[in-house]
Amino acid sequence: MPENTPHLEFRDVTKSFGGNTVLNDLNFTVGTGERVTLIGPSGSGKTTILRLVMTLEELTGGYIDLGGNPLQYEERGGRRMRVPDRQRRRTTQQVGMVFQHFNLFPNMTVMENIVEAPIHVMGLKKAEAEAKAEALLDKVGMAWKKDARPSQLSGGQQQRVAIARALAMDPEVLLLDEVTSALDPEQVGEVLAVLQDIAAETDISMLIVTHEMQFARDVSDRVMMFDQGSIVEEGEPDKIFSDPSHQRTQDFLRAVL
Amino acid sequence: MDGVIGFFADLGPNFQLLLDRSPQIIEGVRVTVLATVLGALLALLIAFVFGIAQLSKAAVVRWVARIFVEFFRGTSLVVQLFWLFFVLPQLPYPLGFRLDPLLVAVLALGLNYGAYAAEVVRGSINSVPKGQYEALSALSISPARGMVRVIIPQAWALMIPSLSNLWIQLLKGSAIVGSITLYDLFFQVEQVRDRTGTWFAYLFALLAYFLIAWVIVVIMNALEVRAKHSIGRGPALREAWRSLFRPPGGKTAEGGLA
Repeated sequence: MPENTPHLEFRDVTKSFGGNTVLNDLNFTVGTGERVTLIGPSGSGKTTILRLVMTLEELTGGYIDLGGNPLQYEERGGRRMRVPDRQRRRTTQQVGMVFQHFNLFPNMTVMENIVEAPIHVMGLKKAEAEAKAEALLDKVGMAWKKDARPSQLSGGQQQRVAIARALAMDPEVLLLDEVTSALDPEQVGEVLAVLQDIAAETDISMLIVTHEMQFARDVSDRVMMFDQGSIVEEGEPDKIFSDPSHQRTQDFLRAVL
Repeated sequence: MDGVIGFFADLGPNFQLLLDRSPQIIEGVRVTVLATVLGALLALLIAFVFGIAQLSKAAVVRWVARIFVEFFRGTSLVVQLFWLFFVLPQLPYPLGFRLDPLLVAVLALGLNYGAYAAEVVRGSINSVPKGQYEALSALSISPARGMVRVIIPQAWALMIPSLSNLWIQLLKGSAIVGSITLYDLFFQVEQVRDRTGTWFAYLFALLAYFLIAWVIVVIMNALEVRAKHSIGRGPALREAWRSLFRPPGGKTAEGGLA
């Protein structure tokens, strides 16, 4: 069961693009080992939340703490100070992300994709990194393709490699950003099955954005319904999916289920 | 005799003359190829340094690179050549020194075409999909390492067609180095012109430059096939050698746009 210590904490988070406010004064926490799924209509700011945790977007206002450390900004002497890039990179080393479009490196083989960061960021020895990569590839059912190029793989296969690549960095938090949205329907199952195994076998905290409601129901400890940059309601998946209390959630679920 | 009739009437003797002068002509080809190859290597180095510098986070670095590129792109190659060759030696100590004509040619060609190519490098790096940068960031790979390991290998495949064009332009641009006492192919053709007539001499020059340019095209096509294959687009070089002889900008072996 997830502990109650906050692993990831959003405090008064605001994000705007130009004059367009995407997230408005957002406060929530994710406990250590907790799996939280964000649902809601497109443009409700779900993906932006993941991108803020990965520091792919700059916070407009507020703070995000990861394992007690400031991620992008910190409060010092009453002032909001930017965390330097190097320190940001060190903090986000605990965060892994799997993208909608996989984003594998096309100039590297499957194996090279996976060992690049463990060798050059974590400082693992090559043999060590390769052994670990092999085990991970085995787990996602892709060991037989370790010398292939990403362009030789199907979307589902590429995504499974991308999952292995993220796990190779031993993340404490894993961000899944609509990981099946770009896949052909028959490849969605293989990717979700891999993620379900990982959810069952590890205690990595997960923040998930998905349109696969059954998957959300199966792996989540908590589901948060978003609309227009704010949390409409949150609760255990059974409660949200079977008996949503908010009209907005009911409408959304009726539309997608 | 000159003109088109003279061209045909004197064809035999003119070929004989060309044969007699072949040591000088070959020397001219050697100088042209040397200036073209060394100039291109310098241009490539400059292109990468100043292309990447323009993407730096530090505003000072970006501005210095920008000014450099605009200056060497915006001033004439002939004027640059003459500056390096005629003005530089007259500058007061310690700035004034006389350089070897070949070195002057390589410097001027490298600086001028390097400035153009820097824009190609910058554009190609910007064209690498944003997701690649995001994946690097998500894996905490430093920007410098990501650039070398992931971004440049992909940008390289994108920039080769433009670099190929520039290299051919550099070859043709090198035909003015005779004016700084470097006896290149065009200079040697000029030496036979008054005896063979303009038709014969300049037709020969056209052909000779075309042949050298064609070698450049084949080399660059090979590099392009290889670079594309390495990022998973297109066949390996040994399977696609036929496509090397296509003109630049044509279709690739598998039918996609080059």
